[in-house]
Amino acid sequence: MHVRDEGFFITVNGKRVRVALGTSVVAAMMMAHEPSRFSVTGEARGPLCGMGICMECRATVNGVAHRRTCQMVCLPGMEVVTG
Amino acid sequence: MSVHFDVVLVGAGPGGMAAAVVAAEGGLRVCLLDDNLSPGGQIWRGFRAETAARHPHGTEFLEWAIRLQRTNCAIWQGWQAVSCPESGILRLERGRETRTVRFDRLILATGARERFLPFPGWTLPGVMGAGGLQALVKGGLEAKRKRVVLAGSGPLLLAVAAGLKSAGAQVVGIYEQASARRLAGFALSLVDQPGKLAEGTFYRLKTLDSQYRTGAWVVGADGRGRVETVTLTDGRRQWSVKCDWLGCGFHLVPNLELPRLLGCRVEDGFAVVDSMQQSSVAGIACIGELTGIGGLEKAIVEGQIAGWAAAGKEGEAAALLPQLKKLQQFARGLERAFELRPELRTLANAETVVCRCEDVTHAELEVCMGWREAKLHTRCGMGACQGRICGSATEFMYGWENASSRPPVFPAAVSTLGADATFEG
Repeated sequence: MHVRDEGFFITVNGKRVRVALGTSVVAAMMMAHEPSRFSVTGEARGPLCGMGICMECRATVNGVAHRRTCQMVCLPGMEVVTG
Repeated sequence: MSVHFDVVLVGAGPGGMAAAVVAAEGGLRVCLLDDNLSPGGQIWRGFRAETAARHPHGTEFLEWAIRLQRTNCAIWQGWQAVSCPESGILRLERGRETRTVRFDRLILATGARERFLPFPGWTLPGVMGAGGLQALVKGGLEAKRKRVVLAGSGPLLLAVAAGLKSAGAQVVGIYEQASARRLAGFALSLVDQPGKLAEGTFYRLKTLDSQYRTGAWVVGADGRGRVETVTLTDGRRQWSVKCDWLGCGFHLVPNLELPRLLGCRVEDGFAVVDSMQQSSVAGIACIGELTGIGGLEKAIVEGQIAGWAAAGKEGEAAALLPQLKKLQQFARGLERAFELRPELRTLANAETVVCRCEDVTHAELEVCMGWREAKLHTRCGMGACQGRICGSATEFMYGWENASSRPPVFPAAVSTLGADATFEG
């Protein structure tokens, strides 16, 4: 598969998502219809600022917790866990 | 890893790029560091050489990006400045990596963020900043056939509408809280600023088929698990619009956390600088949105002034001052035209969350006397964003001053903060 033409797969909470080269991790989470986190009172949340300020998009990426996913691009095989 | 440079720039938006170019062309060893994935800041986010010409600011981007590439400036992308362990040193973090950078002069170009105001439903997924939505779409979020409402305030709304349309979204309404009368006065003041006027017209033309309404604002968002309906008002009646996304931001506020941490004086919400962009702290300059929300051209001119000043060429810097004066007038005009109406102070109801990190509601906050008491009693502003979102909201809603900034200015690993600094070079 040519990564540049057809994109590649990552997983978001175990769901396989096909993304284009250069897609941000948070965009992949939104396209997988997964909330980025649940607030301290249990509300589902998605990204707000899109530019690394609000921390609403933080998730666990390849085992590293609290990554700001709007400031990262998807790489083939990346594993994202939200909530 | 620890490195020394003559000049360190924080923020690789237009102002930071211009400052870095001028300082590096002047023979200085320069490091441009930025927490985004590539240079350009927000306005030039996602621009690439091949496609830049299609954008309204593409030619400026190309000019500065090419000049930057020709210098030997070190460009560190993805790095977040988190603390200043001692004078002349910044501690940086990227994922699990740490770096320490030492500087003789520092130029801060940390830009601005959107101001968010709480209203019932603003925490639903699908409610985002207007600029935030634009940034997400530039980051690959599929926008085709999405119904989008844009609301809030500022020229950014029209720019975002144009961008979303190009990406295939259906912009079903743009609601600007400022009145038509205020905006008309502002438009007249642009007559001697042909560049700005042309830019405004460009965005207006691209968005003619949408409903651009002035004197209208959002009062609520509803939906099951995500936004489905937005309710708006013009102060007399209310109506609802169905949508997939709501992009809502109330103009911009400067990212003052780092200047404040370093001790730079801030007055009336902006960093105080002299005519050479120097802050109250020796060796530290502030440029761009930090000194007043004025957009691209002001940032580039201020960046060049700071760059020339760093290179010891104050004559060259002074030659730009007449141009800067006009751009500062434009910034003041923007502030007046898009001043927030008092009705927006009372959008939140008792249960509306104001601090999203800690889920602190309006009912809990409205009984507090100020920011400090709110932090102590409710944990407002104590979460992961460190008050970046609720700080500017509570300032407007309750008149609270939030002037504190403590290290680390961004959540960081303990290993980053305790990193050993041995300098090379």
